[in-house]
Amino acid sequence: MRPARPPTPHFVAEGYPASLSDWGMVAAARGRLMLGERVVPYDLATPLFSDYAGKLRAIYVPKGAAAAYDAEKTFAFPVGTVISKTFYYPVPEGGDRIGGRVLPAVGNDTQSGADGLDLTRVRLIETRILARRAGGWVALPYVWNDRQTDATLMRTGTLVPLTLQQASGGSEDVAYVVPNVNQCASCHTQDHASRQIAPIGPKARHLNTSFPYADGAENQLAHWQRIGLLSGAPAPGTAPRNADYRDSSMPLGDRARAYLDINCGHCHNAAGLARTTGLYLNASVTAPARLGYCKPPVAAGPGTGDHLFDIVPGKPDESILAFRMAATRPGIRMPEVGRSIAHQEGVALIRQWIASLQGSCSS
Amino acid sequence: MSRTNIWVACLLAGTALGIAGCKKHDQNASAIDNDKQAALLAQLIDAKPGDVISIPAGTYHFDTSLSLNVDGVTVRGAGKDATIIDFTGQVNGAEGMLVHASDFTIEGLTLQNTKGDALKINEGQNVIIRGVRARWTGGPSTKNGAYGLYPVQIKNLLVEDSESIGASDAGIYVGQSSNIVVRNNRVRQNVAGIEIENSTNADVHDNEATENTGGILVFNMPNLPVPGRATRVFHNHSYANNTANFGARGTAVASVPAGTGVIVNSNPQVEIFDNDIADNQTANLIISSYFSTGYMNKTGVAAAYDPYPSAIYVYGNRFSGGGNAPDGVKLQALRVTVFGLSGHIPDILWDGFVDQAKLVNGKLDPTRAICVDNGDAGVVNADGPNGFKNPSTDKSPYACTLPKLPPVQLTGKLAEASGKS
Repeated sequence: MRPARPPTPHFVAEGYPASLSDWGMVAAARGRLMLGERVVPYDLATPLFSDYAGKLRAIYVPKGAAAAYDAEKTFAFPVGTVISKTFYYPVPEGGDRIGGRVLPAVGNDTQSGADGLDLTRVRLIETRILARRAGGWVALPYVWNDRQTDATLMRTGTLVPLTLQQASGGSEDVAYVVPNVNQCASCHTQDHASRQIAPIGPKARHLNTSFPYADGAENQLAHWQRIGLLSGAPAPGTAPRNADYRDSSMPLGDRARAYLDINCGHCHNAAGLARTTGLYLNASVTAPARLGYCKPPVAAGPGTGDHLFDIVPGKPDESILAFRMAATRPGIRMPEVGRSIAHQEGVALIRQWIASLQGSCSS
Repeated sequence: MSRTNIWVACLLAGTALGIAGCKKHDQNASAIDNDKQAALLAQLIDAKPGDVISIPAGTYHFDTSLSLNVDGVTVRGAGKDATIIDFTGQVNGAEGMLVHASDFTIEGLTLQNTKGDALKINEGQNVIIRGVRARWTGGPSTKNGAYGLYPVQIKNLLVEDSESIGASDAGIYVGQSSNIVVRNNRVRQNVAGIEIENSTNADVHDNEATENTGGILVFNMPNLPVPGRATRVFHNHSYANNTANFGARGTAVASVPAGTGVIVNSNPQVEIFDNDIADNQTANLIISSYFSTGYMNKTGVAAAYDPYPSAIYVYGNRFSGGGNAPDGVKLQALRVTVFGLSGHIPDILWDGFVDQAKLVNGKLDPTRAICVDNGDAGVVNADGPNGFKNPSTDKSPYACTLPKLPPVQLTGKLAEASGKS
C-alpha cells in the first residue's frame, strides 16, 4: 500500500477551526496517525498523569523561526508555533477499538510516536492544540470521532466513558474528561495574575532527555537546537534535567520531585492557581515548609483525609499529599482536573519518598 | 451590555458544535442536563465584559464545574429559590463554580451538593456575591464540600443577602482578601458559619449564624502571603451554634469547639461589638491562639507567623445563656472545677497564651491587649499554657480600651450597592 502523504501544518492566526485537520499537525490515514511535515515529536522526562492515556506530543515552529531557550521557564516560542498533544489508549489485539476495553499506556505498550501511531493498536480520544498567536497562546480541545478519521472542536469539553483493563486483569470504569477551555487555562496559566496561558512541558528540565527519532536516538535539546527549532540551548549536560520518575536507578528524591513538579507545580507555585495554599511543589522550591513538610493545610476541607500536615516525614499514611493523590472524588483528589482515577505508580513513588524522609512534626 | 439567556445560547452552542440543539430531557431528576450545561459553559467561556448571563428559573443537574475567566460579567439567576444548580452527579472539576475575574457579580441562585467548594472566586477585585445560596441538602456531613461561598485574594468585596447550609468547613469563607463587607447573610449547619481568614479591613455585620459548630470566626493561618488584621464583627445574631464539629481533622475549623458563638484565633485588631450572642454551649466568645489548634510546629509553620490574638476589643454585646456544656473533656473539666457542677463558662473564654517576648513590665503592650468593656459579661483565662491548671476569672487585666477601627468603605459599584440597601 502506498504510504499516505503527511499533512501540511497550517497555523491558524485567529478564530476557532472546527476540525483538527484544519491545523495539519496530525492526520489519520491508511491505518496510521501521521505527523505533519516538519512537525517534531517529543516526550518529557517525567510526564503528567492523565488516567493512563498515552500522549503523542508534537511541535511545529515556522520555518526560519526558533524558540528562545530559557533554563527555568517555558521557552519563548515565536508566533506561529503550534503544539499538538494527542491522547490515546492502546487496545487489546482483536478487541473493539470503540466501545471495547482500553489498556493503560505504560512501559512498552506506549508507541514511541517517532513515526506516528499504529491506529490498529490504539483508540484516539482527543487532541489538544496550543497555538502561539500574536495575542498569546490559545488552547483548543478536539475530540476524535468514532471512525477515528478526524477530531471536532469541543470548547466546552466532554466526558468519554471508558473501561480500562488493569494489569491485574480486572477493569475500572473511567469517566475520561476532555477539559473545557477554561479548565485548560486552569493548568496552563502558570502566572495566575497575568492570565496568559503557556505550554507546560517545553521547558529545559522536562525536555532534557533522549528521544527515539526515526533516524536514531538523540537528546531532545540537542536535536531541537540542531534542526533550528531552538536557539541558545547549552550542551544538555549543563542544562537542568528532571529525573524520569520510572527510573529506579535515579535518586528517589529526584524522581519524586520530578513527579511533583510536572503533576502539581503548574498550580502549586508562588504565582499559580494554588498560590493561595502556600504549598509550592515546582522544581526550584527548597524550603521544607513550602514543600509541605509539617505544613498545616489552608483550605483543604475534607481533603485533609483527617491528617494534620501535607507531609509528615517518614509517615505516608499520615500525609495529606499522599492521601489526595490516591483519592478519586472531585473536591478531594489532586490534581483537581486531568484525572479521574489514581495513578498507582505515582502514588507508590510519593509514598516511598515520604517514608524515606527524616524528621518529626511534633515540636 | 448584552443580555442573553441560556435557552438562546443552548441553540447556538448546539449548532456550533454540530450536535442536536436543546433537546427535551426526561423527567428523571438525576439525569444530567447536558445541553444546558454545555450552553452555560459556552456562555461563560465566550463572555465579554459587560455581559449579563441570565439563568432562568429551574433546577439544573450538572456534572461539571462551571468557570469564568472574563472581567466585568454578571451571572444572574431568577432568585435563590427559583434557579437551582445541583451538582449531585458531579464528576469533573473541584468546585461548583470557579471564577477568576474582576468586576464580577453573581446573584440570585443556589448552588447545591457540590463535591468541593460551591463557589470559589480566586483573585480579583470589585466582587459582589448577592442573594446566592450554597447548600448541601443532606444535612451536616464531613462528606459535604468544604466551603460554601469562597472568595480568596479579592480586593473590594461585598457578600450580602446570601446563605450557606451544610459546608464541611466554612459556609462563607473570605480568605486573603481586603476591603470586605459581609452582611445580612444567613449561615447554618456549617462547621464555621462565617470565617474571615488572613484578611484585612473586614466589616461583618447583621448576619444570622445558628446551628453551626462555630458561628463567626476571625482567623490567621501561617505560611500565607499576607497576615490579616482589622476586622469588625458587629450587630450580628449568633446563637445556638451547637452542632458537633464535623470538620475533617487537620482543618483549621476542626479545632473549633462545638458551641462557639464568635471565635478569634491568632488575629490582630478585631473589634466585637453590639452583637446578640446567645446559647452557645462552649462559650459565646472565644479568643484563642494558634497553640490551641494543635497544629503549631517549628518545621511547618513560618517563623514570621504571629500565633497570638492581639488588640482585641469587646464591648457592648448582648450575651445570654451558653457555656453550659462545653465541647471536650478539658473544657468540661474547666467548667466543673471553676464554676461547679451546674455552673457555666463565662461569656468570654480566652486560652491565655501570651507572647512573653512582647510583655512590657509583665503586662501586655497596650497595642496588643485584649480589652473587654461589656458590662457584667464574665471572662475566663483558661490558662492554656499550663494545661488549664490555674484558670482565672479576674476581669481586671481586660479593663482597657482600644482605638476603634474605621468602618470599611467599599468603592466603585460596591459603594453604590451599599447605598441601595
